[in-house]
Amino acid sequence: MNEVTIEAGRAERQYWRDLWRYRELFYFLAWRDILVRYKQTVIGVAWAAFRPLLTVAILTFVFARLGRMVPENYPAPLFIFCGMLPWQFFATAFAESGSSLVSNAGMISKVYFPRLVVPVSSVITSFVDFLISMVIMSGFMIYYQFMPPAAIAMLPVFMLMAFATAFGGGLWISALMVRYRDFRFIVPFVVQLGLYISPVAYDFTRVPEEYRLAYSLNPMVGVISGFRWAILGEPNPYPLSFAISGVVIVLIIVTGVAYFRKTEKTFADVI
Amino acid sequence: MSETIIEVKDLSKCYRIGRNTSKGDGLRHVLESAVRAPFAWLKPEERKQRARTEDFWAVRDVSVEIKRGEMVGIIGRNGAGKSTLLKLLSRITEPTKGNIRLRGRVASLLEVGTGFHPELTGRENIYLNGAILGMSRVEIKRKFDEIVAFSEIEKFLDTPVKRYSSGMYVRLAFAVAAHLEPEILIVDEVLAVGDAEFQKKCLGKMEDVSQQQGRTVILVSHQMPAIQNLCTRCLLMDKGQLIMQGGTDEIVNSYMTKGAALATEGLVDREDRTGKGNVRITSIDLRDPDGNVIHEAISGHDVVLSLGYETKDGAEVNDCVFCVEVAKDLKNYFSLSSALVDRRPLSVRGRGRIDFLVPNWPLMGGRYHINFYVGSNKGVEDYLNDASVIDAIDGDFYGTGKLHHEGWQGVSVLVKHSWTKHEEG
Repeated sequence: MNEVTIEAGRAERQYWRDLWRYRELFYFLAWRDILVRYKQTVIGVAWAAFRPLLTVAILTFVFARLGRMVPENYPAPLFIFCGMLPWQFFATAFAESGSSLVSNAGMISKVYFPRLVVPVSSVITSFVDFLISMVIMSGFMIYYQFMPPAAIAMLPVFMLMAFATAFGGGLWISALMVRYRDFRFIVPFVVQLGLYISPVAYDFTRVPEEYRLAYSLNPMVGVISGFRWAILGEPNPYPLSFAISGVVIVLIIVTGVAYFRKTEKTFADVI
Repeated sequence: MSETIIEVKDLSKCYRIGRNTSKGDGLRHVLESAVRAPFAWLKPEERKQRARTEDFWAVRDVSVEIKRGEMVGIIGRNGAGKSTLLKLLSRITEPTKGNIRLRGRVASLLEVGTGFHPELTGRENIYLNGAILGMSRVEIKRKFDEIVAFSEIEKFLDTPVKRYSSGMYVRLAFAVAAHLEPEILIVDEVLAVGDAEFQKKCLGKMEDVSQQQGRTVILVSHQMPAIQNLCTRCLLMDKGQLIMQGGTDEIVNSYMTKGAALATEGLVDREDRTGKGNVRITSIDLRDPDGNVIHEAISGHDVVLSLGYETKDGAEVNDCVFCVEVAKDLKNYFSLSSALVDRRPLSVRGRGRIDFLVPNWPLMGGRYHINFYVGSNKGVEDYLNDASVIDAIDGDFYGTGKLHHEGWQGVSVLVKHSWTKHEEG
């Protein structure tokens, strides 16, 4: 017989066990979000392909044709796609998980389940979009007859890093949003500025050496450089950025989980 | 069968109400007070505001044991802490003090259709809702046909629930929750919705769950017949405390008989009222036109509904509006308002009472609830639902010695009328 004790402070000793019991809810919530997203749309799932294509087209035009900020030795759309892929994933995951708890307020104040499921499901939903974009990019690679280097085997590691960044950031932002709706205004700001302080539409070598350390504190710098390295074979001019990203990501996750767990108990009271 | 499945010990839940949580909970306030904090004590104004934050004990020192297979009702006025207790039991919110031991899976039905997504179809929502309530996919699949049959929505299974009628919506939601097979089922007032037929079916299902399957059901309801039909034991709550427990009939009776007296006696201490409080209602009673207190309003008689008031520090409050609503079963029968019938400005000072004269009391026998509202030129001063109850008894309203017979469907308000016959040709 599973006995549960609810008590102030240590009410959730069985938290991780619960999380396991509710593991299917991750899937169900992500499934719901994907289903709902394309209901009552005319072109439906085609949006998942349309959005990255359009973004790549515009970024290529602006940064490669007008700005000439992209190295010449790769097809420009491919180079930009490599940066946009993880960035778009992070940006959507961050924004969606940020608002996820608040938009599921009804559920949170009426039913018990580990609240962690909600923002994580949003990250999973965005990850599905990411995978669709990956397929499109493989189409680009075939079109340009581009053969990826052996380093492509490392791609899953960088995908994991991207996922971890979105996960940690999502925990922070969603928990903060429950209490301080101010973050509703901060999220678009982060997403917009992040695009410029990450090497999405230009290459890392353009960042002057004295700024590279500070620049690398943005965990997406390591992730995006990793994608370029694994897919295109573009060397990272500042390999230390991988390590820095790794440390920053771990830090975000550890503090994110701690903060989330701490505030989670009062979600139902303040949401 | 007599094994204890829920053990609640000294359970308390405290909410902080007042300035800190209601208004100043934004980020700015946190940053601001972080900057100001070192100097806050210098400003008497700041200290006063700080003191305005109050602790509100929604549930206080509740201890109770519930056994396997029991069906327990929780009754009490609005704001007595029933819903908070259920939230604590279902782990939605954390207790401030005390503990609960649960020996089994808990499912709570605090609001039907929680987690339903309007864009999804009935079929999709069954899976989603099931998962939210803690069912596994295999379990839902196994129960799927049973759920659909119970909810009677076969034809609309693939229609988005946003196109459902509210009845269908409730049926589907209840069906999912009822097939959850938890050891402990917690139900809050869900029976208030849905048609009579389906209510009966739900009650039957709950009875079945408890008696046939030996599961524990905890039910909160304002509908005494439902409680009396289903529950073997009852808990009576008031102001967050468990004031009585025992056999259902005994508890329901004492709640009903003492209800009226309790309600008015406790009116001054009621903490669930809203408004600025420059004027407060301190008593509600019925009087005859001569001002003598009476206990029942008799249909057809002239009755005075009297609101006792008191102003804060005896100060004068201008442009007041006093309103009373007479309601039953969440339905408002009629309301009286000092502003509707009169253009005279109304100012009050100190203590006193406003008497509303209702000629020919137009309601049939029964128990009615009183809600009141007092406003002034500054806004809402005092507002409370379920402030008191009044009893009406049948009288010779039409002066013919005849009455609508008891339980006459559809009669809510009695209206004086006459008829004439005109023959043509």
